[in-house]
Amino acid sequence: MSRETRASRSERTGNEVTRELRADGGEQLATTDSDIEAAIRENHPALITYITAGDPSLEDTKAYVEALDRGGADLIELGLPFSEPTAEGPTIQAAINRALDAGTTPGQFFDLVDDLSTEAPLLVMTYYNMILQYGPSEASRASKAGAAKPQNKPDVRPFVERAADAGLSGIIVPDLPAEEAGPLRDACDDHDIDLVFIVAPTTEGERLDRIMSQVSGFAYVQARLGTTGARADVSNATHDSLTRLADYDVPKAVGFGVSEGDHAAEIVDAGADGVIVGSALVDIIANHGAGDAPAADELEAKVRELKQGARRGREEAPEPEQP
Amino acid sequence: MSNTESDHVDASADRTDRERTFGDYGGQYVPEALMPALQELEDAYERYVLENEDGFMDEFSERMRDFGGRPTPLQRTDRLSERYDREIYLKREDLVHGGAHKLNNALGQVLLAKYMGKERIIAETGAGQHGTATAMAAAHLDMPCEIYMGRTDVNRQRPNVYRMRMNGAAVNPVEAGSGTLKEAINETLRDWATTVENTHYVIGSVVGPHPFPRLVRDFQSVIGAEAREQIQEQAGRLPDSVVACAGGGSNTMGAFHEFVPDESVDLYAVEAGGSSLDIDEKEGVAPNSATLSTGTDGVLHGALTKLLQTDDGQIVESHSVSAGLDYAGVGPELSRLVETGRVTPTSVDDEAALNGFHRLSNLEGIIPALESSHALGYLEENYEELGDLVVVNVSGRGDKDLETVLEETEKRDLDAAPDVEVFDA
Repeated sequence: MSRETRASRSERTGNEVTRELRADGGEQLATTDSDIEAAIRENHPALITYITAGDPSLEDTKAYVEALDRGGADLIELGLPFSEPTAEGPTIQAAINRALDAGTTPGQFFDLVDDLSTEAPLLVMTYYNMILQYGPSEASRASKAGAAKPQNKPDVRPFVERAADAGLSGIIVPDLPAEEAGPLRDACDDHDIDLVFIVAPTTEGERLDRIMSQVSGFAYVQARLGTTGARADVSNATHDSLTRLADYDVPKAVGFGVSEGDHAAEIVDAGADGVIVGSALVDIIANHGAGDAPAADELEAKVRELKQGARRGREEAPEPEQP
Repeated sequence: MSNTESDHVDASADRTDRERTFGDYGGQYVPEALMPALQELEDAYERYVLENEDGFMDEFSERMRDFGGRPTPLQRTDRLSERYDREIYLKREDLVHGGAHKLNNALGQVLLAKYMGKERIIAETGAGQHGTATAMAAAHLDMPCEIYMGRTDVNRQRPNVYRMRMNGAAVNPVEAGSGTLKEAINETLRDWATTVENTHYVIGSVVGPHPFPRLVRDFQSVIGAEAREQIQEQAGRLPDSVVACAGGGSNTMGAFHEFVPDESVDLYAVEAGGSSLDIDEKEGVAPNSATLSTGTDGVLHGALTKLLQTDDGQIVESHSVSAGLDYAGVGPELSRLVETGRVTPTSVDDEAALNGFHRLSNLEGIIPALESSHALGYLEENYEELGDLVVVNVSGRGDKDLETVLEETEKRDLDAAPDVEVFDA
């Protein structure tokens, strides 16, 4: 019997949630309006990619996102850079610094997203302060040169409205635990945007239930304690976390340390619905300068390798039991 | 009595909610991986600190007496009182072991970590005062200890780096950004996110996610508790005002907490005005650290509080001649006390602080920390508004600052400074 999640709760209006096996062995998840859930379900096992917007420039980001899309990424996370990225390891910290040095602003970020038309749904990953500060003060900046700072309370809604306008399908906030997520969860619900939560190796019991009652799109399973960054192996914590999550009927995608096709295979084999790769892609970008076409080709090739690895993992995975 | 159980549950749920924040400020804006550790800490805080389980608070007080040198004196000054024509008392936290109030918190948290069964201590440090206090406490209580310190601060606070190493702590320089306190906190949070299962993060001020702002305040509130008793013994009444410098705000909250209910006592938080109170949005730089005076609401290092930030929400690089005040955030409880009007936020610039440093050294034979010198600078400029009976918190001693002070004094024409050429002879 599956544990309660947002998806199952909203589906269960008189009828029991149906779970069935698909012909290819992937598990049929509860039907949903979510672009993100649909993308994971239809492309199971899904490959989710992350790069930082503005690294090394927004023009490059546009070309890179298109390359990720061509290579077969099923979801694309774009990092909106924040000056204090406490959840990131050295690779993504450096990417964020390059993006900030290039002068990347939230306004320019949304303009970029307006311009993108990818097959893969897009998510924004950023820190909570960037979401809180977006809005009226930005719009009125031109007129208030030298004026006193506005003292109105920060509000998450202008950011979520603009994200919905730009066609973003989801938001991930690494420094926003479920306990503080009420206002953002409500705003996302009003605009049909998914709010993805991270499940850590330390997340258990009541906290896990609390997160799973708020999550939508997918559960971001943090593969190991620590920060983001490419690693040479798949942590045991990944297997433990996937076991703890097995009874919840929301898609699970594993990130933090995934860098090779073989990792993707092992993670899918362990029961994940998707793998998330960031630092390994950011490394490719870091090795090339601005306006460098081979970077896009390399990204596309890396995405193909990872997607093939994920598919291989599914073939190796044991048949799920009939519920 | 049949519904006792449910009443109890409701009451505790209310209490938990109320205690997570100070008005809208505070909260727990941290990566999910840290949340279980914060809950564990909250549980330990309630049992050991609030309820004195296993005699924790008794052991803390005893160690602060024998190892830390508490209580510290509240000293009536002769020459400052004469200069300002009112009674000026100094709370002498410079006399705490290690030379600053920082030990109150560091010893409390390292001891708490020990009661919690943690095996390793990490901490950030700005000026190096919290790092040295934590290293001392960790040596005293036999705990392995690693300190993160920004590169700029490592370079400008060498003696403190040596002291930490003498006490057996590892010092990890942080190269990112401007290499000051903000970057050191970022890196300590990253370490903690990796090692959270066996490690306690001894945060150095009343900042960070709940329960840190309350925990640190409670360990530091001994400052105001002693001062409140001492001033009534010595002067026969409560003071008209209490003045303390404010960076992150641990000596500030420590000095103020016991006086908050005393409405007749005015509370002044003196921030680092640096060289100017403006922010350069384009460069992302503030030539000051006057967060309470000029900041806006936002989230940094786990709490909603006042911040120095751009309109987009990027945190700016702060500045102060005093490394210990050089921080773009401030404790959430201070943000709340300023919002409600209970605490008056003020600031003085680098020059006023340097004059305050020289004046106390000259007139009273006490060399104060550059941080505390801001409170003394404010006293000089605004004594007429402070009433007849004033307590100034001397949060630390200034030995660590001598090189900076000589360098900064040579650049300026300061009223209160001696002729610095004699130091080169």
